[in-house]
Amino acid sequence: MVLAEPSLSTPSRHPLTPAPHVVVGRRRETADVVTLSLEPCEDADQFLPGSFAPGQFNMLSAFGIGEAAISISNGPGEGPLQHTVRDVGPVTHALCETEPGGLVGVRGPFGNSWGVDTGPGANAPSVDVVVVAGGIGLAPLRGAIEHLLGGSSLGGGRVFILVGARSPDQVVFVGDIERWRHAGAYVEVSVDVATASWDGRVGVVTSLLEDAPFDPSKAVALVCGPEVMMRFSVRALLERGLSAERVRLSLERNMQCGIGSCGHCQLGPWLLCRDGPIVTWASGSAILLGERDR
Amino acid sequence: MCLYRYGGGAPSLRPVRIGDTLVLDRAGLGQLIENLRAGGARTMGPVVRDGAIVPGEITGVDDLPTGYHDEQAPGSYRLSRDDTDEVFGWAVGPGSWKAELFPSKQVVWRATVKDGRFVATEPPLDRSVVAIFGARPCELAAIDVLDRVLGDESVDPRYSARRRRLFVVAVECGTPAGTCFCTSMGTGPGAGPGADLVVTELLDQGPARYLVKVGTDEGADALDGVAHRPATEGDHEARRDVLAASTEKIHRTLDTDGLSGLFERNLEHPRWDEVAERCLSCGNCTSVCPTCFCSDVSDVSDLAGELERREEWSSCFNLDHSYLHGGAVRPTIKSRYRQWLTHKLGTWWDQFGTSGCVGCGRCIAWCPVGIDLTEEAAAIRQADRVPRFGPS
Amino acid sequence: MIRSVEELVAEHPLLRGLPVDAAPLVAGCARLKRFEPGQLLLKEGEDADTFYLVRRGTVRIEVGTPGRSPLVIETVGAGKVVGWSWLLPPLQWQFDARAAGPVATIAVDTGCLRAKAETDPAFGYELLKRLSSMLLDRLQATRFRLLDLYAPPGTGDHGSR
Repeated sequence: MVLAEPSLSTPSRHPLTPAPHVVVGRRRETADVVTLSLEPCEDADQFLPGSFAPGQFNMLSAFGIGEAAISISNGPGEGPLQHTVRDVGPVTHALCETEPGGLVGVRGPFGNSWGVDTGPGANAPSVDVVVVAGGIGLAPLRGAIEHLLGGSSLGGGRVFILVGARSPDQVVFVGDIERWRHAGAYVEVSVDVATASWDGRVGVVTSLLEDAPFDPSKAVALVCGPEVMMRFSVRALLERGLSAERVRLSLERNMQCGIGSCGHCQLGPWLLCRDGPIVTWASGSAILLGERDR
Repeated sequence: MCLYRYGGGAPSLRPVRIGDTLVLDRAGLGQLIENLRAGGARTMGPVVRDGAIVPGEITGVDDLPTGYHDEQAPGSYRLSRDDTDEVFGWAVGPGSWKAELFPSKQVVWRATVKDGRFVATEPPLDRSVVAIFGARPCELAAIDVLDRVLGDESVDPRYSARRRRLFVVAVECGTPAGTCFCTSMGTGPGAGPGADLVVTELLDQGPARYLVKVGTDEGADALDGVAHRPATEGDHEARRDVLAASTEKIHRTLDTDGLSGLFERNLEHPRWDEVAERCLSCGNCTSVCPTCFCSDVSDVSDLAGELERREEWSSCFNLDHSYLHGGAVRPTIKSRYRQWLTHKLGTWWDQFGTSGCVGCGRCIAWCPVGIDLTEEAAAIRQADRVPRFGPS
Repeated sequence: MIRSVEELVAEHPLLRGLPVDAAPLVAGCARLKRFEPGQLLLKEGEDADTFYLVRRGTVRIEVGTPGRSPLVIETVGAGKVVGWSWLLPPLQWQFDARAAGPVATIAVDTGCLRAKAETDPAFGYELLKRLSSMLLDRLQATRFRLLDLYAPPGTGDHGSR
C-alpha cells in the first residue's frame, strides 16, 4: 500500500555515510599495530565517552579505499575515541598510515558488549573476571578491563588479565598492562617465542590459566584473539571448571554494513554486527564447531 | 460483453470502498492500469521477454502475458502459449519484485575529500510511486519478509521510502507450477494481507473476468471510473474453487516442523557432502530468490578525487562473501550451500522472526543442476542425527 | 606447621588421585629442595638422576648458545614437572633448566623411582599415565605455538587461498 510520508522524513545521515573524524594522536604499538585517537569534525556530541559499551565496534573508513570493523578500546570517561588497528589489508594499511591531521570516517557504535557495565545487583556474590587475550585480541578487551578496574560491576571480585603474544615486541598496550598490575589486577603475559631480554613467561597463553587463582565456580571469562586460540582457551577454561554460559568470546567475520543488512557477517542464528560480536560459548559452540569442517 | 450496472442505466456513482469486492472484465483491467499510470505511478507488470515471464514496465493490458503458461521442474522452465484470453495462467518467473524496493545497484553517497574536509552528498530518496501489477501471494509474503530485514528506517531509509510508495495489485494463483510449495509455507495460493487490491482471474463462465477485493483507500481510488459490477456469491464461490483447485495441484511439500532445530543438529550430516557434489555455487538461487538480501558495500574513487560508496546485490555463494583477511571463512561449496539452506529455512527465524522461504519454487526451477531444497531438507530429516556438539 | 615430604608429594598434581599407597613410594625417593634465582636445576648433557616437581616459582627451560644469552624455550611453574629425559635411555638431559626466581621443588631420585616402578608394575603404570598426561599437554601446547596463530593472517597455513 502507498503510505503517507512520515512527519520526520529522513534521518540526518544515511546509516552508511560516515562521520568524518580527524586523527589527533597516533601511537605505534608494534611493527604492524597502530593506535589512533580520533576527534569528530562535526556532530561534536556523537561519540562522547559513555555512548558506547566496551566490546562494541565502529566501521572506520579509509576514504576511497573502504571500511574495516575496529573495536572501540576506550575505557569509561576516556576521550578521545581510540582505535587500535592491525595492518592486514588495504583498508587497515591505510588507516595505520594516517598521520595526525588526516581524516578517517567513523560509523557506529555497532554490536553488543562484554556485559561488564551491567552489574548483577547489590546482593550478588563476588564474581572473578578472567580476561584471556591473544595478540591484537587485547584491543577489544581494553575497554572492559578499564571498566572493571574502575570499580564497576560484576560483583567486585578480582580481575585476572592473561595475555598471550607471539614475542615480546608484539605485546600491545605495554604501558596499560603495567598500570593494570599496579592497580591490583592479577596480570600475566606469556610469549610464544622469547627474546634475550624477556624474563617473563614463555609458553602458550592457556598455561597462564593453570595457576591463576580464580574461583571457577564464580568466574566469568572474556576471551578474544585468533579463533583457534579462543577455541583452545575455552577448552582450558572449561577444564578449569567454568560453565559454558560464563565464557564469552568476541567473534570476527567479514563485516560491511555494520547494521544487519548486507548479510556478510551471518553465522548460525546471528548477524554478528548486531547480535554479536560477543557470544557465549554455550550459545555458540554448536555453530562454531559444526561449521569447522570445510 | 455486457456488464451489470446498478439500475441497469448510467454507471454507478457509488464510490468504491475498502472491503468491497467487484468484478472487472479485461477492459476494466486496462482501465485500472491506465488509472495507475495517469496517477503518476511507474507501472510494472509481468511481461514476456527472452522466453520467460519477468517484471517490466506495462502501458496497458496488452502488455500482459495473455495465453502464456509455464511449465517448471527442477532445473527447467518452459513457456508455451495458446489462444485463450487467460492473462495469469502461469505461476512465477525468475525475476521478483524485490528489485523495486531494493535495486540491484545503488549509489549510497558521493563525496570529496578536499582541504581536510569530507563532504558527502546522498542521492535524494526516491519519490516516485511504483505500482506492481501482478504480485503473486508468495511475492506478497516475500515483501513482508523483506520488510522485516530492511524495513527499519535506521537500517535502510531508501527501502523505507520506496516501500511507502509501493502500490501492490496482488493476483492469486490459478495455475501453480510443479515447483511451487506455497501451501507448505502458508503463503498461498490465496493472498494474505497487505495488498492494495487482490485480483483473482475467473474462467468458469466464458471470457475471463476478474474478482477484485479492495484492500486500501489507495486501492479504492485506483478503481475510480473503472467499469465494474459488484461480486456475487457465484463469483466468490468461483474464487474458492480456483484456490481449492490450485491447492490440489501443488504436490511439492516442505515439512517445516522444527526445521531450525533439525539443521542445528545436522551440520555434519553427510547429505551436505552429496549436495556439494552437484552444486556449482553459481548463485542462481540467490539471484532469483525474492527474499535474499545480501549486498556488497564498496568504495571507489576516481582520479579527480571523487569518492563513491556503492551497494550492490551479492550472494553468499560468492567465495569472497565471507572473506576475512587471508581467506574465506567458507572456502568450500559444501560450507556455502549449508550456510544458505540453514539460514534460509532455519536461522532466518532467529534473526527476523520468520522463515526466509515463501515457497515460490524459483530456486528449484532456476538451479542449473536442479537442486531442490525441499528434497534436501527431507533427506536430512529422514536421517536426523544425534547431536555431537552442543552446549557443554 | 611443617608438612612431611609425603604430604607434599601427595598434593602435587602429578600424583593427585593416585592410590593411597603410592605417595609413600614416591616420597621414599624424594626430598625437598630449593633453588635461588639463576641456579640450574638441570644441565644439558648431564646424567638425568634427579627430576623435579615444582611447588612454587618459575623455572626456565633453556638452550645455551655460545656468545649469546640462553634461548628460553618455555617457562614452567607450580604444579609442573621439570625433567623428562630420565624416563628412557640415554638418560641424559637435553636442555638446561634454570630458576627464574626462588623455586621450591620436590627433588625425586630417578634411579630409585624407576626401580620401584619395575618391581611394582601397577604403580609404574599409574605413574606413567600421569606423566603421559602432562607430556601430552606439553606437546599440545608446543604444537599450538608452532601454529604461530598471532602471525599476520594470510601467511602460512591458516589462510585458505
